[in-house]
Amino acid sequence: MKVLGIILALLLAMPVVVLAVPVVALEPDEILDDPVLEQRARDLSKVIRCVVCQNESIDSSNAEIAREVRLLVRERMVDGDTDQQVLDYLVARYGDFVLLRPPMKASTYLLWFGPGIVLVLGMIGVFVFFRRQRAAPVAAAPLSAEEEQRLSHLLGEPEETRPQEAGAENAGNGTAGRQ
Amino acid sequence: MTQRLLFLLPVLLFVVLAGYFLWGLSPDRDPQALPSAMIDNPTPDFDLPPVPGLDQPGFASADLGKGEVVMVNFFASWCVPCRAEHPYLTDLAEQTGVPLYGINHRDKPEAAAAWLAELGNPYSRIGADAGRGAVEWGVSGVPETFILDGEGRIRYHHRGPLLGPLIEQEVEPMLRALRQ
Repeated sequence: MKVLGIILALLLAMPVVVLAVPVVALEPDEILDDPVLEQRARDLSKVIRCVVCQNESIDSSNAEIAREVRLLVRERMVDGDTDQQVLDYLVARYGDFVLLRPPMKASTYLLWFGPGIVLVLGMIGVFVFFRRQRAAPVAAAPLSAEEEQRLSHLLGEPEETRPQEAGAENAGNGTAGRQ
Repeated sequence: MTQRLLFLLPVLLFVVLAGYFLWGLSPDRDPQALPSAMIDNPTPDFDLPPVPGLDQPGFASADLGKGEVVMVNFFASWCVPCRAEHPYLTDLAEQTGVPLYGINHRDKPEAAAAWLAELGNPYSRIGADAGRGAVEWGVSGVPETFILDGEGRIRYHHRGPLLGPLIEQEVEPMLRALRQ
């Protein structure tokens, strides 16, 4: 029991441990002197994909190209670009792929709303299912004689009662014979 | 009747899912392939110095789009696929006569010079890129190759080595079409 408790505690603590380790690839020479601008660059770096690492932001990737884009983001910010202008610059060169958060537009509506649509369809399905069940409760048709017989057979009554019944019949016969 | 059809729903779902899996797991599909956003873009803004030690000029945006179709190839001496595509590129440039401009990406000048001395130099100009050039061109790694039309517009972009079948199927027809 104690062991189980320890294992459970470790499992619960796992996400905390994992999340507590900062994943940063930023190198000291990249950091800007202006802390406000640096924070903006850090925040923006988290939503820019490193194009050679599939699913890592440039903030956490130490690929050469990620470093290059980090430097570029900072340079453009120092030059007065807004966050959106920096993103637009990158999208013009690498496409929407460079954004970790897909933009909302006609070609991505299905991506954004698909799960919601599936949920709504599912809820409608469940609703209709239960409503139909309530509206038309299955009227129990009376069992036919044959079914009745089979049921009592399945319930195991015949095996126990038949000999007795037979006995009773015999007894009846017997008495009848005696009479 | 509709009740009966409802029983077919799982089968239908299975077929749809199986279709997706078939597509997703197909060996012909490269999940890492990413479409180029550069097609039809004008010449990127760049100005690359020559590689020190090579007596070949670098080049800049202004050198492209002067009425001539040009191929631009990103390469590096440390890049193995570049070595693989090198003979194909050399042949292509020789046979078609289309100028091939090279961008030497993140390389040591002496290593680049040695590499070209060993394998031959098919490039008519070579610019040295410390990294920013690649971002301007929307390049994610080496090798990558572009074809620009006479107006300097990017008409073709390939990520990865440009090898035989690809040259026959895509590059040569594109060059022929552009030069007409």
